[in-house]
Amino acid sequence: MRDNVNSGIDTAASKAPVRQKTNWGRLFRENAVTIMFVVMCIVCLAFSGQSLSYVMYELFGRLSRNAFIVLALIIPIVAGMGINFAITIGAMAAQISVLWVIEWGVSGLPGMMLAALMTVPLAAFFGFLIGKLLNKMKGQEMIGGLILGYFANGLYQLLFLFIFGNLIPLNAPGLVIKGSTGVANTIDLSTERGFKYALDGLWSMPFVEATHLIFAVLFLVVVVMLVAKKIKTEKALTYMGIMGAFAMLLQIPAVASVFSMVKVPMVTFIVVGVLCLFNTGLLRTRLGQQFRAVGQNRTVANASGINVDKVRVIAIMISTVLAGWGQLIFVQNMGSFQTYGAHEQVGLYAGAAILVGGAGVRKATNGQAILGCILFHLLFIVAPPAGKNLFGDSAIGEYFRVFISYGVIAAALVMHAWSGIQKKKSAKEALTE
Amino acid sequence: MSAEYVLEMRNITKNYGENTVLSDVTLQVRPGEIHALLGENGAGKSTLMNVLFGMPVIHATGGFGGEVLLDGEATHITSPHDAMTKGIGMVHQEFMLLPGFTVTENIKLNREVTRRNPVSRLLGRNMETLDMGAMSSAARKALDSVGMSIDEYTRVEGMPVGYMQFVEIAREIDKTGIKLLVFDEPTAVLTESEAQQLIRVMKAIAESGIAIIFITHRLDEVMEAADSITILRDGKLVTRLDKEKTSIVELAEQMIGRKGEAMVSVEPRAVPQDEVALSVRDLYVNMSGEEVRGVSFDVFKGEILGIGGLAGQGKLGIPNGVMSLYASSGEVEIFGETLQLGNAAAALKAGIAMVSEDRKGVGLLLDQSIEDNIAFTAMQVKGEYLTKIGPIKLKNSGAIRHQAERMIKELDIRCFGPTQHSGTLSGGNQQKVCIARALTMKPRFLFVSEPTRGIDIGAKKLVLETLVKLNREMGMTIVMVSSELQELRSICDRIMIVSEGKLVDILPPDASDADFGLAMSGIKPDEHK
Repeated sequence: MRDNVNSGIDTAASKAPVRQKTNWGRLFRENAVTIMFVVMCIVCLAFSGQSLSYVMYELFGRLSRNAFIVLALIIPIVAGMGINFAITIGAMAAQISVLWVIEWGVSGLPGMMLAALMTVPLAAFFGFLIGKLLNKMKGQEMIGGLILGYFANGLYQLLFLFIFGNLIPLNAPGLVIKGSTGVANTIDLSTERGFKYALDGLWSMPFVEATHLIFAVLFLVVVVMLVAKKIKTEKALTYMGIMGAFAMLLQIPAVASVFSMVKVPMVTFIVVGVLCLFNTGLLRTRLGQQFRAVGQNRTVANASGINVDKVRVIAIMISTVLAGWGQLIFVQNMGSFQTYGAHEQVGLYAGAAILVGGAGVRKATNGQAILGCILFHLLFIVAPPAGKNLFGDSAIGEYFRVFISYGVIAAALVMHAWSGIQKKKSAKEALTE
Repeated sequence: MSAEYVLEMRNITKNYGENTVLSDVTLQVRPGEIHALLGENGAGKSTLMNVLFGMPVIHATGGFGGEVLLDGEATHITSPHDAMTKGIGMVHQEFMLLPGFTVTENIKLNREVTRRNPVSRLLGRNMETLDMGAMSSAARKALDSVGMSIDEYTRVEGMPVGYMQFVEIAREIDKTGIKLLVFDEPTAVLTESEAQQLIRVMKAIAESGIAIIFITHRLDEVMEAADSITILRDGKLVTRLDKEKTSIVELAEQMIGRKGEAMVSVEPRAVPQDEVALSVRDLYVNMSGEEVRGVSFDVFKGEILGIGGLAGQGKLGIPNGVMSLYASSGEVEIFGETLQLGNAAAALKAGIAMVSEDRKGVGLLLDQSIEDNIAFTAMQVKGEYLTKIGPIKLKNSGAIRHQAERMIKELDIRCFGPTQHSGTLSGGNQQKVCIARALTMKPRFLFVSEPTRGIDIGAKKLVLETLVKLNREMGMTIVMVSSELQELRSICDRIMIVSEGKLVDILPPDASDADFGLAMSGIKPDEHK
């Protein structure tokens, strides 16, 4: 029965195209944004006159405080909502929590944990509202989120300028400027009431040792997985090979000296790693499958009984809470933040970073987020001195910073549209090649 | 379970405002039977199904009258999801598949097999981990039961449409406790051989005890597959018949409610083959799923040339390539003038019009009124229906209205008037608007691509008659592309069969079935003999 039933269908299968060999042109087009950034980074690095070890030191500092928030963007992208520029509001939630934790005088790690805990209900509630609103403007989530961020900034200012410090008195020293109203311009976390380096300072070690330790742990994990037959032998050997090669490379003094200034804040990077695992794990759950289904086609998802609106709200809520935590990691590293400005560029910078890594507005992975974060911040470090060296004016360097951050988003969005367009070929060439 | 009918919809009445779309309709389906639901477009089939599935549109417009019984018990279906849990499944006309998911993920969409993990114990079922192994073995089983050998890890993206249909069916079968399956125009997008396979699968499903409601326009398929038939017309129940006691002629009569032959018949004639209207040499068209790979042919002035072949073999690519709607290359001459490929406006200016097979995508501006749709191309390409005041060109509403009203009357477009949005029309009437627009271009040469796809018999007949009239009375040269051979044979002077993107043969309409069958499988009948 099966054979004769199949006959009608299998004829079509024999026509299926044979697998193509690696197409370099296509590979280049699809990764044009990332490749452009690699080239720009190398050029600027060459002209910056900075030593590699300083650049690495800066880079690791920036990575530790920014990676988390970029990773917070992944879930909404997968759920088809584009880059969630409304993470700005998550950052606001975090800053509200920080203010109160300082007011109550809970310092150090407990302060950080309390702020993180407080951020959850605040950011989740804001995320709920954002999600509800974005559900009313499907297809325009990105511009909606961006404008919503600006709008929320107004409410935030009302809260910090008028309500906190006036209607609700603040007593901690330095939070309110004497003779003025509202919360001070800068909130300092380096006082005995704050929690500067609460996470970073827990456990940090030099780069080479840190790498050895991490490799040792990963090596163990791979071995355990191999024994449990959760991973193919070839794959395991490849991983071990890569780790081995890198560890050997670090034994060369010239290489090791590049990282000589880098102190790795272990706990912060562990937290970032856990978030990566969380993203991967979540996408392998029933809810993750719902995110992916809704992201691909809302009609189909709805027809299969998925509550599309609810799934989208959950995606935004998760993203907003994660962004809040990301902002906490950021401020504990910086040691202080601009009360009225620290959150403003969060969405733009994180969005730019993930785009640079090769993510699209419909597809994003942990790897792309991390790579994007590295490239974006590398350019941030080396572009200003490169501008100064080339044009002889430090103002030009400053101009480069601003130019880059906005230019990146525009360039990345345009190049993503561009890389999607295949080079025009005549129909005959396309069909006979 | 002892109830005679697995589904009984009694005296269903549904109004949209003043408009009664269903009145006193009863539908009864026995367990394990294939029950065909017939009716012209707008007869109420889809509304009846919307009631069955508890679609939000029904509840939002005041519910419905009458009762729905499942296994003899009165029930109230509140949502499509509720329908699913009560064992009613649907195989959609437009596929409800996610292109980026594998076959397995699609089959198991929102019914994933999951394992519990520590987080899910805390946060509930949504956090459970997917068990891909179990999911794919269940998918494999469902695919086997519809006779599909395709790998369950293949992504749906880029799959032939025929496959997608079977993946949809596999998904419905995989649902546990399914007792009633609705097939909405399942063969519309399938080739003849795929349609045959589908009917075999439907019969196998019915034998396993699942009842099937089969909605289709193809009466021969009804006669082949169905056990019993319900016919609706204008929102009313016409009759319920047993297959054994009826004939295809009776079905057609009952459905359209007028006497006479459903098919158009045309006197055979000899078309003088002296003047070439369209000459195509070495045409390649890169239209995904309908690639054309080097086709050469001539169309003679004053004839109707049919292009036939199985789906996906490139017959749709030919008109789309000549009109430059898809990337194409080759040499095309129209009435002796060279036509440059790659420029859709040039083709239109050269006097070629096309009625696209993609009515909703390419054919119509769905948000625009009928009259704007009719005049749009003529305004844009030929600068007609415009009033010129100095450098400013204004839309000449009077002339447009006049032309629209003329076309509505001539083509019998059923609408409230020329200002109704084309998106709200039924498929057949949308098709007529497309034809009206092509005619408004006053073309010398007309391509019609799948003009009867997805429209009912009445509209089909009218469309075919219109084409014949255009050809005979106005001398229009027409190339008609269609999947339905019978249609081509009834009105065409010559029929060209394409297979795998290449021209196989040009046959007279009275050639034998065997000849057409051979040509469609890529074998030239002469060589076979």
